Parts: sequence; structure tokens; C-alpha cells
Amino acid sequence: MTDELSPTSAVPPGAGPGPRPDRRAFLVACAAAVAPLMLDGVAVGEAQEQPQAAPARYDPRTHYYGMGIDVDKCIGCGRCADACKAENNVPRDPHHFRTWVERYVIQADGEAAVDSPNGGIDGFPEKTADAGVLRTFFVPKLCNHCANPPCVQVCPVGATFETEDGVVLVDEDYCIGCRYCIQACPYGARFLHPVKRVAQKCTFCYHRITQGLLPACVEVCPTGARIFGEVNRRSSPLDRFRRFNEIQVLKPHLNTEPKVFYANLDGQVR
Amino acid sequence: MRALPQQVKRLAVVFAVLVVGLVVARRLLVPATFGQRGHYRAAAVDSIMALPTHYAGHEACEPCHIPIADKKAKSYHRGVACEVCHGPQAEHVSAPLEHKPPAPRTRTYCPLCHGYNPSRPTGFPQIDPVLHNPPRPCISCHDPHDPTPPHPPESCAACHGQIARTKAVSYHAQLSCTECHQVEARHRVSPRAALPTKPTTREFCGRCHAQDASSPRDIPRIDLLTHNPGYMCWQCHYPHQPEARS
Repeated sequence: MTDELSPTSAVPPGAGPGPRPDRRAFLVACAAAVAPLMLDGVAVGEAQEQPQAAPARYDPRTHYYGMGIDVDKCIGCGRCADACKAENNVPRDPHHFRTWVERYVIQADGEAAVDSPNGGIDGFPEKTADAGVLRTFFVPKLCNHCANPPCVQVCPVGATFETEDGVVLVDEDYCIGCRYCIQACPYGARFLHPVKRVAQKCTFCYHRITQGLLPACVEVCPTGARIFGEVNRRSSPLDRFRRFNEIQVLKPHLNTEPKVFYANLDGQVR
Repeated sequence: MRALPQQVKRLAVVFAVLVVGLVVARRLLVPATFGQRGHYRAAAVDSIMALPTHYAGHEACEPCHIPIADKKAKSYHRGVACEVCHGPQAEHVSAPLEHKPPAPRTRTYCPLCHGYNPSRPTGFPQIDPVLHNPPRPCISCHDPHDPTPPHPPESCAACHGQIARTKAVSYHAQLSCTECHQVEARHRVSPRAALPTKPTTREFCGRCHAQDASSPRDIPRIDLLTHNPGYMCWQCHYPHQPEARS
């Protein structure tokens, strides 16, 4: 570019009426010489930008997400709850969780005791009283991303909603912190952020899945107890999980139609 | 044509003011992108999508750490993503030299998964952190990227701690595992390639518990012919804790 521009600067400005046609001809010639280069540059720029722009164009209408959880594979290490807090900047206190692990201890008389010390992040202290225990196991819990979500119905300002790809999200800038949704959720999956004073919940790591990454809890689960994918797309790992396991959802009698599918779930789990 | 009555004209003016007021109020109060895709602000979805990621994902680690990834891919930890132990490392991926991933080296970290807990699924390798070679750090024997120990475990309890604990307080405490299970030596190095045998008949338990068995007299006896025929012994008596449950 500098090579082509340097001749113009060599022509002294305001050199009299004489050289005017020459200068016009010269400028036209210059423009004619430079134009293809400029156009080329534009074309090359477009060609480079397009492949970058293509994956960034995420179309929510082509997806419909769900999660599978194999209760038999959960070892209660709590890495999912820990990773969730790290990924989503959830307060580190032991009361606010977007996902957590519950320990069920079912006594011989059918009485179920459930605990979740710090969501399972620090592990579960071993219960010494082994006698009389019928069954005991871990159950990871999170927002069920219901297809028929009660929390969305009760929100008075439209700050919580179901996206076109089936994820229930909270609009933090629009939430007024009235806590109706926290009351309405039958799964206890929501909490009020102690600093921001807005409702928060699992987003399936929406910022990750729209980039093609897995949710943080699925990424770190060491035993593959969590499966993430598309609902009703045969090639998706979730669809395979639902074909090869007997699937239950939590509280099916509420007709919330959860999209978190549990395999090997005990009837005592609520 | 007769003119409209005065009250109708006035009502029309009031109506027009109300409609204009409603339109203006809606303009001012409803957020810009509300209702574009549903009953919510479409811009909220974009701001959630723009949140930063902290976990890079295991695919991001493998291109640089090929030897470790290859070793791990052949080990029992092949399903364990790098960031399970090394923490969220998106920063390390973007600036590898400035952010070094931490590596847990204490005895407290591995038992989060491998400490004995009765709620864990049967068969998951668990140890008792108090008894299992204290106070040496786990990594002095187990490479976390290929955790198979350098020498095979000497007792069954090293891996089958849950069963060993149950059996230790039962009437079968004195029986060795090989009394009922035939175990190939190969089972100690590749457990799932050579599974131990299990008893298959009522007569097997009858070797000690039948009326005519040659075992010591204080062992409880049953008549194999009349004691719940048609059932296998272990349907009522868990062999590692054989007291029958009512």
C-alpha cells in the first residue's frame, strides 16, 4: 500500500491549474490499481471471518437438552458439586448449591435418613451404626429442567423462563428476588443468592453447552454417573442411556415432566 | 348526516388518551428484547451465554500432554477427567506458563473417592484411610495417571474392604475367601479379566451344614432335603453374614 501511495505524496499540493487533468487521471489510475486489492482484502477478510462466525451462531431451536444420572455409579465424591461452585461462582457456604449429592440410608423398618453435609463436597463421614441398615446409596440432585416448570409459572415478572433448547434459566438483571420460584420448585433446586439477592439455579452450564462443552459436573464426574446430551436424538449419549436403562424421574405425580432422568433409582428417593 | 353526540366525542378522547398512555407505558416499561423468543428478555440468554468458563474440558489438555493422556487412557483412571484432580484450568489453557495447575499430593484427597464408605456402590475400589499404609502419601505407591499399584495386593480385603468388614463380625469370620471362591492368580493384577468363582449348589453349603457333614459338631446343621427345598442357600443367608434374616 505504501508503494502505491508514495507517488501521490510526491505531487506537490496546489501546483497550479496545469497539472490538474494529469492528477485526475493519475488518481483514477491509482484508484483502479488499488481497488482490486481493496476488494480482495475485503473478500479475504470475509472468507476468514465466516468460519469463525459459523460456530458462534448457536441456534437454540436445533437442540433440546437433558441429563441422565446413574445412581448405581455415584460414589459420593462430591466433585460435581465442587466443580459447579467453581464454574458458576456459587457462594462457598454450605447452604447454596446448584447441584449437590444426597446420601440415603434406609433402615430395616423402611425409614429413610437423608443427609448432604456441605453438598458432599468434603465427602461423607462414615456412619458407624451399620447394624439395621437395609440399603444405602448416593443420589446427585440438581434442577430437573422441567418441561412443565412450576417456577416459571409463578414468576411475576417473567425473569425465569424455559429457553427453546429446553433449559430453565434465570434473568438476573430482571429478577426482583421475590422468592416465589424458590417456594414453587418441588425439588429444592433454587436459592436466593446471598449477595445479589436474585434467584439462582442450575443452568446446565448454559455458557458451556452453547459452546459445545459439557456441563462442569458432567465433565468432572469420575465414574460417568452423569450423562448429558440431547433428548430424543438417537445419536446422543443421553438417548443411549435412556434406551439401555430403566428410567425414572423425581416426583412424576406432579406432572412437571423433568428432563433429568435417573437410572437405578430407589423408590424411597424424593 | 347528524353530528356525533358530545358525550361520545369526549369518551373517544378519553379512550384515545388511555390507549396512547398504555402504548407509551409499555414502550417505557417493557425491556427492549422482551417477547422476542418467548415471555422473557432474549438479551438475558445472550448474557448468560457470554459468562466465562473455568473448566476447559479434557479435550483441551490432551494435545499438549500427550504422554500423560496416553498413559491415563490405558489405566483405571481413563474415565477421570484431568480437571477432577487438577481443578478448573481454563486459565492454564489460555496462558500455560503463567498459571500452573495444582496437583493434590496429600492423603486426604484420594479418599474423597477411594475411602471406604458403605454407601458407595459395591465393587468400587475403597480403602480404609486409617489402616491403609499410613502415613505415606498415596502417590508414593500409586501413580494417579495409572493407579494400579506396583505390586499386587496381598489380601482380598485390600480391594474388597466392604465384604471383609462384614465377614469379620459374622460367624464366617474364620473362613478364608478361598474356602468358597476359587481365585486365579491373574485376578490380583487384572481383576475383571479373571473373576473368582462362586458356589453354585446347595450341596456346597451342605459340605459343612448338612446333617451328615464331617464338620465340627457345633456348626449349625440343616436337612438339605426338607430345609426350604427349591431355594438356593444365599437367597436367605448372605454368605458373608450368614445369620438368617427374618
